[in-house]
Amino acid sequence: MPPPSADHPLAIRARMLAAIREFFHDRDFLEVETPVRVTTPVLEPHIRAVPAGGGWLRTSPELHMKRLLAEGWPRLVQIGPCFRAGETGPLHHPEFTMLEWYRAGAGLDEIERDLRELLPFVAVRATGRNVIRRGEGETDLTAPWAKLEVAEAFRRWAGWDPLAAWDEDRFDLDLVGKVEPALPRDRPVALTGYPPQRAAFARTAPGPPPRAERFELYLDGVEVANAYDELTDRTEHEQRYAEWAAQRQAAGDEVHPLDDAFLACLGRLPRCAGIALGVDRLAMLLCGAESLDPVLAFRERPPEV
Amino acid sequence: MYTASDLRKGLKIELDGVPYEVVEFNFVKPGKGQAMYKCRIKNLITRTTQDRTFREVDKINKPDLEERIVHFSYEDGHHYVFTDPRTFEEFSLSPETLGDARYFLTEDCEVSLLRHNGQVIAVEFVKPFVEKEIVETEPGVRGDTATNVTKPAKIDSGYELRVPLFINQGDWVRIDTRTGEYVERVARR
Repeated sequence: MPPPSADHPLAIRARMLAAIREFFHDRDFLEVETPVRVTTPVLEPHIRAVPAGGGWLRTSPELHMKRLLAEGWPRLVQIGPCFRAGETGPLHHPEFTMLEWYRAGAGLDEIERDLRELLPFVAVRATGRNVIRRGEGETDLTAPWAKLEVAEAFRRWAGWDPLAAWDEDRFDLDLVGKVEPALPRDRPVALTGYPPQRAAFARTAPGPPPRAERFELYLDGVEVANAYDELTDRTEHEQRYAEWAAQRQAAGDEVHPLDDAFLACLGRLPRCAGIALGVDRLAMLLCGAESLDPVLAFRERPPEV
Repeated sequence: MYTASDLRKGLKIELDGVPYEVVEFNFVKPGKGQAMYKCRIKNLITRTTQDRTFREVDKINKPDLEERIVHFSYEDGHHYVFTDPRTFEEFSLSPETLGDARYFLTEDCEVSLLRHNGQVIAVEFVKPFVEKEIVETEPGVRGDTATNVTKPAKIDSGYELRVPLFINQGDWVRIDTRTGEYVERVARR
């Protein structure tokens, strides 16, 4: 680690966090802290929770955030730790910091507008400039976004359309092997219109073909944030939970019980949109780093459970 | 069998019957997707590299690889014969298998043979630098110590390489067996 100074990655990260809080405070968002230890974690496939004292460490704060939206809060923001077992790599750490914000009565356009304003604001506060400089090129955070449909991106760079014929393994392999490396890097990129099998908690538009109302933000080829036009329908939630439970069972992953408190709030959950942004990854990009290492004060590797 | 989570730098694996070494690997996991390992792998026979991504659930074959340290014994005109000093087992290698390594063999020199399913697929010198006499080259230009201007020269085995202008016939030079290139002039032996 370099000696303490204003250019130190931890100093850049600290200014970034302060700027994020200021940004949402100025827009009248309520900052909340929801439970870090939860009784039942999110059931999505491929996400493994860390057990903690009879419960689990949260893999995401989203279900509690939506319960607060159902209580009538219009704008919510949270910055806090999340945990996912087994995820260690240059862009992964089993303990990471998530920024989530939600708007009631809004859709993806409003979330996108927040993000367009947030990125340069935070970058200038943290680094004095509104670009990401990493390796050869430069990502201009004020440039018009490149918006790409998943179907179009896959047809162009992987030669097939996952919305026409779903193949999970091929989708994942081609996403990391062919599509992500080909994404433009000079400006922010939003990949949108996901196959319904990857809708997660996003509502799906009927189509044809049906597509999930979700976008992923990429900066300099790195996935940074994931936004949903939130699914609010209880029956569809229950259908997805049943599918996820079957997938988890097949993969040998723990099948957690349903979150009844969350399901119960769905009758009162208004139309809303929300986004989860990887704080460590954004800090890494603003520091021009290739891995999370410099922006984590300590990269500890406790034994895997 | 390995599973993808065993992958790490330096691990040797087998794909479609071909042995590879993992030279780079990264954990990747796209949002909502499965965990994968994005690797750069080197074909141990052709020495070329390629990218390959493995899913967490993939099973990967373990290659039957064996490394033997042997000594060069003699050349019988068609083959080069090596001996394992512990077992006295002999290995007879063709010029094709040895490639350029055959030009740098010296009496009793130690080489490492990498065998895949019993077949030698790679030959490396235990000491990568050898010293050889220049048996043929244009006369040297005295005082020209520049090393970036070169001329052709031959060593006793017939191997041709580029050497600086100041090198003379009868000089001894050090050669890097991994690249086949001139390194420096050394004292006459």
